[in-house]
Amino acid sequence: MTTVLQLRAVGRTHGSGGSEVVALAAVDLEVAAGEVVSVMGHSGSGKTTLLALAGGLDAATTGEVLVEGTSLTSMSRGERAALRRRSIGYLFQELNLLPALTAAENVALPRELDGASARAARREALEALAALELDGVADRFPDDLSGGQQQRVAIARALIGERRLLLADEPTGALDTVAGEGVLRLLRARADAGAAVVLVTHEPTHAAWADRVVFLRDGRVVDESRPRAGATR
Amino acid sequence: MSIKHGLLALLSEGPRYGYELRSSFEARTGGAWPLNAGQVYTTLGRLERDGLVTQEGTDDEGHLYYALNDAGRAELQAWFDAPVERTPPPRDELAIKLALATGLAGIDLAAVVQRQRSATLATLQALTQQKATALDAEHPGPLVVLDALLSAADAEARFLDVFDARTASRPNHRGDR
Repeated sequence: MTTVLQLRAVGRTHGSGGSEVVALAAVDLEVAAGEVVSVMGHSGSGKTTLLALAGGLDAATTGEVLVEGTSLTSMSRGERAALRRRSIGYLFQELNLLPALTAAENVALPRELDGASARAARREALEALAALELDGVADRFPDDLSGGQQQRVAIARALIGERRLLLADEPTGALDTVAGEGVLRLLRARADAGAAVVLVTHEPTHAAWADRVVFLRDGRVVDESRPRAGATR
Repeated sequence: MSIKHGLLALLSEGPRYGYELRSSFEARTGGAWPLNAGQVYTTLGRLERDGLVTQEGTDDEGHLYYALNDAGRAELQAWFDAPVERTPPPRDELAIKLALATGLAGIDLAAVVQRQRSATLATLQALTQQKATALDAEHPGPLVVLDALLSAADAEARFLDVFDARTASRPNHRGDR
């Protein structure tokens, strides 16, 4: 299987000297196409730092992050931005929907920034919204949507296009159990279709949708679990 | 108990013979608690003795049919009407193990908890894989059972988090490894 994301001895330290805080210490992690890897740990264990580094939103202090074989540190700012736009889908706790754009426009934006025609971007956006049962609200503004609908719009935006790496941080936040399960199934389906997915969560039942669960403690990987042998699949 | 009432519930849909009851019990509950033929026939015998079911004769292939009678219907209704009692709780090995571990020198509590957490997550992962299939299945019964088993494993994982947080500052807790 193709490795999509690779962390090699990645560390992230904030501050220096006596006030130095190690958020992540020499973490190795590989995520292949078709795989969902969940990252669990207490608050402050380094989960969100790991995700930010993997997505090129933060720079590692030591080690290197490779996405599809290319080191993020070797890229220019422009190259990194293009990679983030094209290849990486982000589902974070903050939805960051633009209030002046409709749901469909929010979802289409990354495709338009990437050079797709407005018409093609809108068509893709409508498909992505339909997959999340949001067909009816495509032309509404975020403020006119419920929390759960906003969440799903953000998810549609993260999934649009050919994203090969999906990075999710507690992606089911505002959704009830059954709707949240729908999101996890969607991530699972994306992985089954060839994407690599990293899912940061403190919910055991969410982490359980992953092929592997990696446990972080004080910025280090302390353990890993896979489904018990003999499980039906 | 669940076998007795499970069979009464299935018989409320119409007369059935033993093997039929055994397979529909599994089809409806997902096979987490399979019944053996002996349990089914023994239970049917007791239900008949207690006047809750009646023999309905055999078909051409020699299957002996049982049917629910009025007393059986009343018993089944009473089961659905009453909450399931779970007291006293069954002995919980994990709770006992951790309770004892907190007082013992030389036990690395953090490691004990992490090994358990990893095993619990592995169980959750396996159940979730079965659930992914059950979500698309025709009958919702197996999904209901998987949700119950998932909730129990989820509760265990949460209990470990609570335990971890509560004991984090204890002297024999090597949380800073």
